[in-house]
Amino acid sequence: MSKLAFVQKNKIPPSPAPISEVGIIGWLKQNLFSSWFNTLLTLLSIYFIFIILKDFIPWAWGGHWDTKSLRECLDLNPDVACFSVLTARWKQLLFGLYPAEEYWRPTVTFILLIFSIIPILFPKYFRFFWFSIIYPGLAIWLLWGGSIWGVGIVYIGFFLGVLLFVLLLRNITKNMVIAGISSILFVILFFIFFSNYFVNILNIIIPISLPPVESLKMGGFTLSLIVGITGIVASFPIGILLALGRQSNLPIIKMICVGFIEFIRGVPLITLLFVASVLLNYFLPPGTNFDIVLRVIIMVTLFSAAYMAEVIRGGLAGLPLGQHEASASLGLTYWQSQRLVIMPQALKISIPGIVNTFIGLFKDTTLVSIISLRDPVGLASTIRADQTWNGIYWELYVAIGLMFFVVCFGMSQYSQYLERKLKTDK
Amino acid sequence: MFNAVFSQIILVLLLIKIIFNLKGEIMRKSLFMVLSSILLIVGGQAAFSGGHSVTLDDVKARGNLLCGVSTGAPGFATIDDSGKDVGFDVDYCRALAAAIFGDPMAVKFVGLTSAVRFTALAAGEVDILARNTTWTYSRDTDLKQTFLGVNYYDGQGFMVKKDLGVNSTLELDGATVCIQVGTTTELNLADYFKENGMSYEPVPTADNAESQQQYLAGACDTYTTDASALHGTRVNLENPDDHLVLPEIISKEPLGPLVRHGDDNWADIGRWVLNALIIAEEKGITKANIDSWKDTKDAEIHRLLGTGDDDILAMVGLPKNAMYNAIKAGGNYGEIFENNLGATSGINIERGVNASWTKGGILYSPPFR
Repeated sequence: MSKLAFVQKNKIPPSPAPISEVGIIGWLKQNLFSSWFNTLLTLLSIYFIFIILKDFIPWAWGGHWDTKSLRECLDLNPDVACFSVLTARWKQLLFGLYPAEEYWRPTVTFILLIFSIIPILFPKYFRFFWFSIIYPGLAIWLLWGGSIWGVGIVYIGFFLGVLLFVLLLRNITKNMVIAGISSILFVILFFIFFSNYFVNILNIIIPISLPPVESLKMGGFTLSLIVGITGIVASFPIGILLALGRQSNLPIIKMICVGFIEFIRGVPLITLLFVASVLLNYFLPPGTNFDIVLRVIIMVTLFSAAYMAEVIRGGLAGLPLGQHEASASLGLTYWQSQRLVIMPQALKISIPGIVNTFIGLFKDTTLVSIISLRDPVGLASTIRADQTWNGIYWELYVAIGLMFFVVCFGMSQYSQYLERKLKTDK
Repeated sequence: MFNAVFSQIILVLLLIKIIFNLKGEIMRKSLFMVLSSILLIVGGQAAFSGGHSVTLDDVKARGNLLCGVSTGAPGFATIDDSGKDVGFDVDYCRALAAAIFGDPMAVKFVGLTSAVRFTALAAGEVDILARNTTWTYSRDTDLKQTFLGVNYYDGQGFMVKKDLGVNSTLELDGATVCIQVGTTTELNLADYFKENGMSYEPVPTADNAESQQQYLAGACDTYTTDASALHGTRVNLENPDDHLVLPEIISKEPLGPLVRHGDDNWADIGRWVLNALIIAEEKGITKANIDSWKDTKDAEIHRLLGTGDDDILAMVGLPKNAMYNAIKAGGNYGEIFENNLGATSGINIERGVNASWTKGGILYSPPFR
């Protein structure tokens, strides 16, 4: 036996990867310079980015922040940005014409908004869902002011309705329909006959109120958020119902839903906004004060609900028929199977489309400037009409664009998080 | 308003019920006649009582005037850094509010875009529209509005760079012109060049902002829009002295406040507040010296300021010192012009045709008697 046999007893430590394959250089090589074509594209992109930034960065970086007028900016140095307009007007861009001493109200409203959507966005906080239900009323009261009982009574009315429904079911009848109809009747009667009376009493006993602020004063980014978020929140459930209705076997429901969706999708949003701002006034008796912001919110909601319905229908169509049949064979009713089997899957498939619609809707809120609401874009032209700032364009639009970007990017990031989290087919 | 109509309907229904419940044909007939004649008399009184304006009643009941202004027109209406409404049209509405309530702040400004302004007025969202609106035949008649007069004679002008070496629009043959599409300015431009046998090349833009950017970038030799806007734009260019607003005005754009058809008394109020401001300038009554006219021999001034014996403002349902308050609010026409469009405002528009007729302009108010 030759002793020449050699067995390596210990492991040779791995030598470090070649410098061209790891670290920054490796990443660069892999992602930017992997072939001559990609190298060319990279160089071209760098060139274009350079061209844009070459002018933009000195322009933005050296910008004036504390001059008193555009004239003053131009006299100092005409080649840089005049952000002084933002210094002078940022409050208007954020809050519109909302009274300055009440700025805390929209601020609190939007801070609370974050708390109210956390239970919906992150399931582990779902036990705080009660706050999400209270929030809409609270927001309305904070923003528009007046007596708290004006919105409080709505909650009281519905609470009594639900209470009645539960009591009826438990003690008197087993029939859901009878209990439901009688509690709905009760709620309607309550609002018609008793609510005013109760509001008056409550106002005397516990007078809590804020100075009222009319819709005319709302504007800026606050208005975009009010219209956008209300539209988003309200259009989602309506969209689901429309999508289900469109697939329903009941012909009348199906016809109504198809008609609604096709009609709303067939007209541009701006047409609906004109209807809200102009046409409704002709139909309503003179002197009726149907709040313009409310009118716009309704139209925006209807518009986006129609799109939402089609997005969700896409999700429904993506589910194999077997899912419906399987849930039916388990003895689930229509609503149970929708709730437990169909919707969770369909909504998951539709997440990108849903968020897409939401982002689109949020950006569409800038259209309200055409019907004279003072959203940030409308305010930009108002600000330019002041001779102090007449002729300022880029600075305002950059700022407004940035505000919208933050919100839209946030929504898109959340949707990606949600998709990752709900991914079951690993 | 709605309540009044409603209660009238109820009343009539009640009457009908009473009539038909009565027994006996003759009784019924005679009662019917008596009642209907009462109704006629009441109705007739309402219709013929002079100086009664429904809109004025509404405004008084509401406690403030709803004035439709532009959401942003340089010099005419905008919001300043502190959120206050300012501008030429704004000051007119303040004067009107002061005439009605004695308080120039008793007015709510509703910003209106050009797309919704007429419908907002027609639908009653505003009581008066003072929104740099051109008085034209079809707006007056077809849109069923009443223009109260002219508060600013505007017109389409041209801006050029000085180094182009042009001093008159007649030298613009063959020029490239930045023009807002779909506006009357586009039609005026075509007519003007055709009339003068000149040619031009249009560079279409969406609005004044784009026109300005295109012009500055050199996409067109000249850009055209209302002269008041050109002046406002020019002042805030990087080097205003490099640019020139040509002297020719090629169109008539008489701007003025307007109200709905159907309430002539309301129109009278608005018209005479405007006239009062113009007369005040003519007579030299200013915000500062308004209290020093008590001993003047000029009877018209006494009638205007309510310092005389006869109270002619009662004819339109205004207090005796209404015009005093209106002038006191923001000064006379000249002062309002100066503060919003003239030298004080930084826009530096010359009075030109907008001067009083006594000073070579065409502003001319009928006498206040």
